[in-house]
Amino acid sequence: MVGLLHSIEIALGATCLGLLIGTGGAFGKLYGGPVVRDLLAVYTTIVRAVPELVLILLLYYAGTDLINQALTAMGYQRVDISGLAAGIAVLGFVQGAYSTEVIRGAILAIPQGQIEAARAYGMSPGLMLRRITLPAMLPFAIPGLANLWLIATKDTALLAVVGFYELALATRQAAGVTKAYFTFFFAAAVLYLLLSLVSNFLIGRVEAWSRRGMPSLKEAR
Amino acid sequence: MANEAAIINVVARTSLWLQPHRIVLILIALGLVLGAIFFMRWDWLPQYYEMGLLGIWRSLWILAVTCVLGFLLAVPLGLAQATGSFWFAAPAKVFCTVIRGTPLLIQLWLLYYGLGSLFPQYPWIRESWMWPYLRQAWPYGVLALTLSFAGYEGEVMRGAFAGVPKGQLEAARAFGMSRWKIFRRIWLPQAFYRALPTLTGETVLQLKSTPLVATISVIDIFAVAGKVRQDTYLTYEPLLLLALIYMTITGILVFAFSRIEARIPNKIG
Repeated sequence: MVGLLHSIEIALGATCLGLLIGTGGAFGKLYGGPVVRDLLAVYTTIVRAVPELVLILLLYYAGTDLINQALTAMGYQRVDISGLAAGIAVLGFVQGAYSTEVIRGAILAIPQGQIEAARAYGMSPGLMLRRITLPAMLPFAIPGLANLWLIATKDTALLAVVGFYELALATRQAAGVTKAYFTFFFAAAVLYLLLSLVSNFLIGRVEAWSRRGMPSLKEAR
Repeated sequence: MANEAAIINVVARTSLWLQPHRIVLILIALGLVLGAIFFMRWDWLPQYYEMGLLGIWRSLWILAVTCVLGFLLAVPLGLAQATGSFWFAAPAKVFCTVIRGTPLLIQLWLLYYGLGSLFPQYPWIRESWMWPYLRQAWPYGVLALTLSFAGYEGEVMRGAFAGVPKGQLEAARAFGMSRWKIFRRIWLPQAFYRALPTLTGETVLQLKSTPLVATISVIDIFAVAGKVRQDTYLTYEPLLLLALIYMTITGILVFAFSRIEARIPNKIG
């Protein structure tokens, strides 16, 4: 049960971090200078082409190592980075690449007139982002982001490979101790499935909320 | 204004792909690669060369087999969900939901450790011809990856089958084609064309899930990299090379699929 809690914590943290990176990345890709755009293209391409498992291993070791080296170089003590923080950072980095693309697509789907109108009102870029772009892109972005959230919950299982204690590893250890492999893995699968189904239900509600005031999908056809 | 910018953009993209900042970035990237080549240790490469090739071959083999089998399984799943009666559609739906709602790692472990620990309890399984296979790891890996691919692709095929215009099927029926012939000549090809772009993505995702079989002791390229890391105490070099290998395979896959997509006779609106 602690494992499940850890899994959810990581998934939540990673999705939030991913959203932040994604929003920044999407704006960088759309409005940034040429260098920023190219760098972001490299980032999203590489992250999306390499298996998550390899990325997790690479970032997990490289990340902790780099931070420690930087700290020692600056004269601080080495810190032991908690698995939770590292897990969130690694998965967030991976999620960021995917959500960059989702959010970029969603921003492009906003009718251009809305943004032009906001500019014509003399809104500052920050205000425009907060009042127009983010709310207007939400209905387009939610299905993709919901997918990413489901992927994030399932990707937390991969952290078991680097030895972080979450649901998958907890199950494996419990199964190893009791020798009841089938029962425990089956229970874990059911837990993950429940998590997915509950999130599906919640996402449906959120999507309905974000689409308020827009014609429903059936009418639009 | 927007038009003008677009035109300028297109011109810039076609004639000036090598802009100054790109050249600088490419130089930086080259510098990083050269730095990696000269300052990191690569002397273990010759020793593990053959093992690595074998690992790549095994990864590709697993990818191909699971994709083909998974797709074959996905067609009836999609068909059942798109048209079947409740008794066909409901189990297919449940199967897809369960597969898509649980992590592949758990499915893999459930099959390998779970089923694998149940089988030896039954003497008739131990005595059957299947036993030599059931004792190895790879059948479980292939089975789990196939089921997972079928689950995801089944959902895609459902949409593809449902998306074929009714008129096409009615026309086929008016021609007096039998149901099997309609399916073979009209329905399946059109659904396949529709699903092809998604199929590319799913295949790349499948490639990215193949390293999971390394956790149940199948020696694929990921497991080889893990062995190198254990033997040589190097952290980054094998992983970086591994990432490069996967990127190359992804690039080849995407290129191949784009060639296939370009061969589709006409765009379906």
